[in-house]
Amino acid sequence: MHVQAAKTVSHILHNCRQSENSYPRSYPPKTLLPFLTPPKTPTLSFRLASAPIKTREPNTNKTKSKVSIQVRLMRFVVTKPSAGAGVAGKARLGALYLGGGGAAPPIETPALVVPTRRGLPSFISRDLLDRLPYPDSLLLHLCPIHFIVCPSTRTIKNIGGVHEMVGLQDHFFIASPGDSVESLPEHGGTNKIGAAFETPSGRRLINPKDYMDIISSTRPNLWASLADEVPAWVTEKRNRLSIDRTLKWLDDCLSLDQEKGASTLGAVVGGPNIEHRKKCATEVSMRNVSGFYLGGFGLGESIEERSALLNAVTNILPEEKIRFVSRLGLPEEVLQGVAAGIDLFDSTYIYHLTLGGFALVFPLDILGEAPEALLRNSSNDYTKINLHATIYRKDTSPIVDKCSCYTCQDHTRAYLNHLLNVHEMLAQILLEIHNTHHYLGFFRSIRRALKQEKFELFRERFMESRRVHLTEAVPYS
Amino acid sequence: MALQFEVVGRFNRARASKLTLPHYVVQTPMFMPVGTQGTIKGLTNRQLEDIGCQIILGNTYHLALRPGAELIDELGGLHKFMNWKRGLLTDSGGFQMVSLLHLADITEEGVTFQSPVDGKPMLLTPEESIQIQNKIGADIIMALDDVVRTTITGPRIEEAMYRTLRWMDRCIAAHKRPDAQNLFGIVQGGLDPVLRDICVRGLVERNLPGYAIGGLAGGEDKDSFWRVVAQCTAALPEDKPRYVMGVGYPLDIVVCSALGADMYDCVYPTRTARFGTALVPEGVLKLKHNAMASDERPIDSTCSCMVCKNYTRAYIHSLVTRDAMGSQLLSYHNLSYMMRLSKDLHMSIVEGRFPEYVRGFLRTQFPKGDVPQWVCNAMEVAGIDISSCCAPVPV
Repeated sequence: MHVQAAKTVSHILHNCRQSENSYPRSYPPKTLLPFLTPPKTPTLSFRLASAPIKTREPNTNKTKSKVSIQVRLMRFVVTKPSAGAGVAGKARLGALYLGGGGAAPPIETPALVVPTRRGLPSFISRDLLDRLPYPDSLLLHLCPIHFIVCPSTRTIKNIGGVHEMVGLQDHFFIASPGDSVESLPEHGGTNKIGAAFETPSGRRLINPKDYMDIISSTRPNLWASLADEVPAWVTEKRNRLSIDRTLKWLDDCLSLDQEKGASTLGAVVGGPNIEHRKKCATEVSMRNVSGFYLGGFGLGESIEERSALLNAVTNILPEEKIRFVSRLGLPEEVLQGVAAGIDLFDSTYIYHLTLGGFALVFPLDILGEAPEALLRNSSNDYTKINLHATIYRKDTSPIVDKCSCYTCQDHTRAYLNHLLNVHEMLAQILLEIHNTHHYLGFFRSIRRALKQEKFELFRERFMESRRVHLTEAVPYS
Repeated sequence: MALQFEVVGRFNRARASKLTLPHYVVQTPMFMPVGTQGTIKGLTNRQLEDIGCQIILGNTYHLALRPGAELIDELGGLHKFMNWKRGLLTDSGGFQMVSLLHLADITEEGVTFQSPVDGKPMLLTPEESIQIQNKIGADIIMALDDVVRTTITGPRIEEAMYRTLRWMDRCIAAHKRPDAQNLFGIVQGGLDPVLRDICVRGLVERNLPGYAIGGLAGGEDKDSFWRVVAQCTAALPEDKPRYVMGVGYPLDIVVCSALGADMYDCVYPTRTARFGTALVPEGVLKLKHNAMASDERPIDSTCSCMVCKNYTRAYIHSLVTRDAMGSQLLSYHNLSYMMRLSKDLHMSIVEGRFPEYVRGFLRTQFPKGDVPQWVCNAMEVAGIDISSCCAPVPV
C-alpha cells in the first residue's frame, strides 16, 4: 500500500517537473494523497479531440439516451504576432481551430464573442443564426451563472452539454462568470466561500465546486476560472484579497477539471492597481492554463487608465496563449483592447442598442473611403440611428445600404419604425440580427487593417469619424 | 371576384380545396395565424414560411391607428410594407366593437371608438372600413358587421343581424378593388336559427366571393356553437369558401371541418405560447410546470418542427416567462402544430381517410374515451362514426 502511494506521488511530481509550469511545493495537498489516481499522460494545451462529432438522434418517444459527446477542444495559434513597437504595438492576429478533424474554417481573432442567455442569443433563434457571417458568428458566450437555477446540472449532463441543449452543435462556446446584463459580479457579497452575482432571481453565491459542476455539465469549448472581480474604487486591501481569492479559486477549478487546464482561461484580476495586476498576471501564467481571462475591466475604471492596466497584464502574459476580456463593449474600447493585445471580446453593446431601438450604421470600410466621404454621411451621429424617430416613418430604405444581413435584405426602416412604435417583439429580433451582423463586420475591418499593417491608421480614422458630429454641432461663438 | 375555389376532395360535408388568391394558392382546411399589427409576435417572415403559413391576418382597427392606412397605401400596401409574399386577410375592425365595447358606441351610421392612442373619437363606418382595407390591400377583406356577444339575448341580436345586411350593401358599394380583393360577408344572428337563416339567405343573394360565420367563439356553450356552424355550412353555397372566425382550439377546428368549414383564425396558439403552454396531440403541455424542469423529451415527439427537433422540455422550461426566446420558440412550435393540423385535415380528406384521421385525433386527445357530448352530437350530423373513440356508457 505504502509503495503504491509512493509511486503515485513520485509519478505526479515527475509530471510536474516535466511541464514548464511550476506548482507551489505543497501541491498536491497531503490530504489528497491517498485518493489520487495515477494521472493521465501530461496534457499539452494543444490536444485535438479525436472522436467524430455526434449527430442528432431521430425523434423517439422514449427519454433520450445518454449522449456522450467528446468535448471539442479548441486550438489557438497566433498567425501574425504583434509588431512590438508603436502605439498599437501589441495588436496581433490569431486563429481558433476546432478539433475533431472537421472541415470548419478557423475563427480569426481579434473576434467578437456573441452574448447569450442560457446559451442562445437574446432574440436570434438558431434558425436565424445561420444567416450571420460565417464562421465569425460561431463564437458564442456562455455565462454559467445563468444555469444556477435551471436546468439542473444533472439534466444538462443527460442532454449532453450546452451544444446539444441549445441545438448549436457546430458553434463554439466560451464561458466566463457573469454577463453585463443580468448576472453582474457583486463584490460586496463575495466572500471566501464564493463569488456573488446579482441575478434576476436575487443575489447568488457560487463556489468553485458548483461553478465547475456547471462547467463540466455544459462543456463549453473554453472556460474562464471563477474570479473575484472588483470595481476600480475598492481599497487596496480589498484588491489584494481579490487576487488571493482569484488565484485560489483558479487552483480549485483546475484541480476539479478533468482536462487539466486544456480548455481553461486563467482569470487575471488586480483592479486599478498596476503592480497588483502584474503580480496576478505572473502568478496565473505559471499555472497550466490554455489562455487568460482578463477580469475586472469595465467595472468603473476610466478609459484612460485602462490602457495602462491592459498593457501591464499583456506584457507579462505568454504571447502564444489566447486572451479574453469582458465588458469592453464600445467600438472605442474594442480598439483599445486590440491595441493592447486582446484576442476575444464579449460585448453587450449590441443588446443595449437593440433594446433602445438603435441600429448601427457606422461605415465599416474606414480605410477605403476618403475622410471627406465619411463626413458627408447624413445620419444622426454617424454611428447609429434611433429607429423610433419619426423621420423614419416612410423611409423605405434598409438600415444600411448594401448590408447583407436578413433585416436589411428583407425589411425597411419604415417597418422597423412601426414595429418599435407598437412594441412588437419582432423589432428586437430584427435589430439584434442587424446589429450583430454589423458589429461582426467591424471586427472584420479590424482584422483586415491588421493584415494590411494599417491598424493604427484605422484606429485614428475611426476615432475621428466618431467625433466629427460633435465639432459640427458646436455653434460659432 | 378575385379568387378561385376548387374542391379537390370530400367526405360527407367535409371538403378539401385549393383556393387561388391574388398573392398565393392555399389549401383548405386551413388555419390562419393572427398578426394584428402587421407582424406575428416574435416570428420572422422566413420562419412563417418554413412553418407553412399560407395566410396571415392583419387587423384594420390596429393598423389604421398605427402606422395608418394612408402610410401603408403610400408605401405600396401591407404586403410590401411587411414584405410578406403569401396571403393576407384583414378583419373589418368589427370584433373590436365587442372586445373594446367600453370604448365604443354603435349607431346606424357606424361605430364610434375612442382612440386608445390619443382619446379622440374615431368613427368607423362601413365605407370607412372598406376604404381602409382597400388601402391595406389584403387578398381577402371582411365586411363591417354589427357583432354582438352570443351570451346576450333579446332584440339586440335581431337588430344587429339586419344591420349587418344593410352594412353589407354599403360595404359592397364602397369596395373599389373587387378585382384584386375579395370581400367576404359575415353571417350574424346570435344563436337563433331563424335569424341565422335570414342572414345567410340575405348574404347569398349578394353573391359574394366567400362567407364567414361570425359572432361565435365568444363564450357560448359548445352545443350551441356547433349547431350554428352546422346550420350555416348547410345553407351556404358549396362552391365558395367558408370561414369560421375566431375558432382556434384544435378540437373545434376538427369538428368544424367535419361540418364543412374551410378557414379559421385565432390568437390562441400564439397567445398561449407566450404564457408557456405548448399545443400537443394529447392536448396542451404547460412548460412552466415544475415537472418539466427535468423532462428531457422534446415537446412533441411526433412533431418535426425546428423546436421539437432540437430542444428538450427542460430547456424550454428554463426559458419560458424569463426570456423572450421562450415565447419565440413556443410560438414557433404552436404554429407548426396548427399548420400540421391543417395539412393533415386537407390530406386526409383528399386521400379518402378523413374518418380514420378524426378517430385517431379524438383517441389521442381523449385516451380514456371521455369525448365530450357535443363532439359526439356534431360528428353524428357530420356523418362520422366515432363510437370506437367513446367509452361505453355505464349502464
